[in-house]
Amino acid sequence: MKHNMRKWARVAAMVAAASLVLSACGGGSDSDGDSTSGDLKQVKLQLQWVPQAQFAGYYAAVAQGYYKDEGLDVQIVEGGADIVPQDVLSAGDVDYAISWVPKVLGSIEKGAKITDVAQIFERSATTQISFKDKNITSPADLNGKKVGSWGFGNEWELFAGMQKDNVGVKDVKLVQQAFDMNGFLAGDIDAAQAMTYNEYAQVLETKNPKTGKLYTPEDLNVIDWNDVGTAMLQDAIWAQTDKLKDKAYADQTTKFIKASIKGWVYARDNPEEAAKIVTAAGSQLGESHQLWMTNEVNKLIWPSTHGVGVIDEAAWKQTVDIALGTKNETGATIISKAPPASAYSNTYVEAALKELKAEGVDVDGKGYKPIDVTLKEGGK
Amino acid sequence: MTRRSAPLGRLALGALGIAAVIGVWEAYKAVAPDTGVVIGGTTVLPRSSDIAMPHVWDMFSRLSDPVIGTIGDTMWQTVLDAGLFTLRIAAFGWIIGVVVGFALALVMQRFTIAEAAVLPWIVLSQTVPLIAIAPLVRRWGSQITIGGFEWQSEHSVAVIAAYLAFFPVAVGVLRGLKAPDATHVDLMHTYGIGWWRTLFSLRLPASVPFLLPALRLAAASAVIGTVVAEVSIGLRGGVGRLIIEYAQSASSDPAKPWAPIFAAIAVGLVAAAFVGLLGLALKPYRRSEIPA
Repeated sequence: MKHNMRKWARVAAMVAAASLVLSACGGGSDSDGDSTSGDLKQVKLQLQWVPQAQFAGYYAAVAQGYYKDEGLDVQIVEGGADIVPQDVLSAGDVDYAISWVPKVLGSIEKGAKITDVAQIFERSATTQISFKDKNITSPADLNGKKVGSWGFGNEWELFAGMQKDNVGVKDVKLVQQAFDMNGFLAGDIDAAQAMTYNEYAQVLETKNPKTGKLYTPEDLNVIDWNDVGTAMLQDAIWAQTDKLKDKAYADQTTKFIKASIKGWVYARDNPEEAAKIVTAAGSQLGESHQLWMTNEVNKLIWPSTHGVGVIDEAAWKQTVDIALGTKNETGATIISKAPPASAYSNTYVEAALKELKAEGVDVDGKGYKPIDVTLKEGGK
Repeated sequence: MTRRSAPLGRLALGALGIAAVIGVWEAYKAVAPDTGVVIGGTTVLPRSSDIAMPHVWDMFSRLSDPVIGTIGDTMWQTVLDAGLFTLRIAAFGWIIGVVVGFALALVMQRFTIAEAAVLPWIVLSQTVPLIAIAPLVRRWGSQITIGGFEWQSEHSVAVIAAYLAFFPVAVGVLRGLKAPDATHVDLMHTYGIGWWRTLFSLRLPASVPFLLPALRLAAASAVIGTVVAEVSIGLRGGVGRLIIEYAQSASSDPAKPWAPIFAAIAVGLVAAAFVGLLGLALKPYRRSEIPA
């Protein structure tokens, strides 16, 4: 018995030693986010997804020190498959969040107290693409077709567009779309959802097995919801409604918007550098894909009608109307009553724009010209 | 078979298994039509196009290309780093899970009332969907700051791995602790030996055949829990994050999404090998192993 005991103790010691080694390894990498520096105010920004050029302006503002110039130490919190930015914001875990307006409207109706303080993307990037031979050029042509949708709040512009042309959700065969375009390329989907800055490029960087060359824009028809008139407002900066009454947070919000806009101006004027900044921030996207995304996102912002970030009343109303009046396949709408007045505010962005104009920053980009990006196979 | 050739034979069998998988994959690709086999509008056999099923050699050659552009870190370096990162968190989670599971089993063995009260909850705990609790754990965790310690998302991932890993340990060890023959326990009673000594001299050694399969299951659960939680909360650095980041390349660069999958498999193998080593150390007690 004694012999056994000693053996047992030896095993226990081994396990203990192994766990010590492993836990020592575990302690090594807690590096992100503890850069407390002097008198800078720590601010957290929650993104909707992992780093990519969709958020180029914020990464550029960090890299160029624009936030620091305003006295802010901004930590960008990356998203994930199950992270809902507006939930994280309304729970108070971060100071600001980026999210689409229609998605947040639903959360606001369920009680989230958050406010759109800067509408960064003026235009919608959501489209429905199809191969030329399917002859789908308007929502009416979707009737009877296999229509791809991601769901999870990405489908409303599509449904609104169909409703406008009297195509019911039941008149099409809805197909759940994945992150990739395999279903579209294989013909499981006639018309697939595609963001101009991402999935559209995914198709253009894929080899057409028939020609041995990459697909080209000439192979595709694109239904653009901006043209159909059912576009909804996308990436906006959201703040906590109740805290905006606090002067310190209100001032900080203006500063945060100001530096963010400066970041977007940088991305407009230096798309190549901005794409590199995003890659350096840890994005795993290929080089040409990243630059394509930067360029396409710039097109959503520039030229800006009222100065970047200002919430256009008509566009807001269109988004709310669609959210109220469009039914999905289960007959539900995003919201059942109009959102409270606190759902958006131009106060902070207008203050930020005033300061920027005084500094001589071009916040309208009237003369903006997109660059030409050549996509390579696989987006490399 | 002699003692020395046994591990070699096992290795050869393992290699043969891998070769068989590759062979079946390529054979199917060569024989099946690109569009798959469709009967009455339903696809019964999957597509075999290069996008749906890249060639095995393409998947491997992709590993030696850079991830981004034409220069920079190669794919295998990136997934190796990610694999090590995930392995570390999974090991963390496994240790926590094993300690917690062991403690629960001890308490349940000692106090019958504890078993009646706790065991149903332990079983119930495994029915909660991971994707629901992962963001919650991250959110609760982010509110924890103790002194200089700040809760990071990777701690949340380790907790989720532990949440999956403790279950087989708690259940397996409990069964193991109850494994000694009644006559042996009675003998201890007759000698007037207390619970603690009975535990160390009789129950723990007797539990080893149950413990090892439980540890192996816990290791597998910890790896799965880590990868799923990484996907769920988007933790940077691990295999799960690469899986979601590479998923969108499935059309234009079909071999790319397979790289992190290989890394996940490698992490699982290392975890299994580690438990195998533990099994060697505990060999004297493995008289009759009970398969899990």
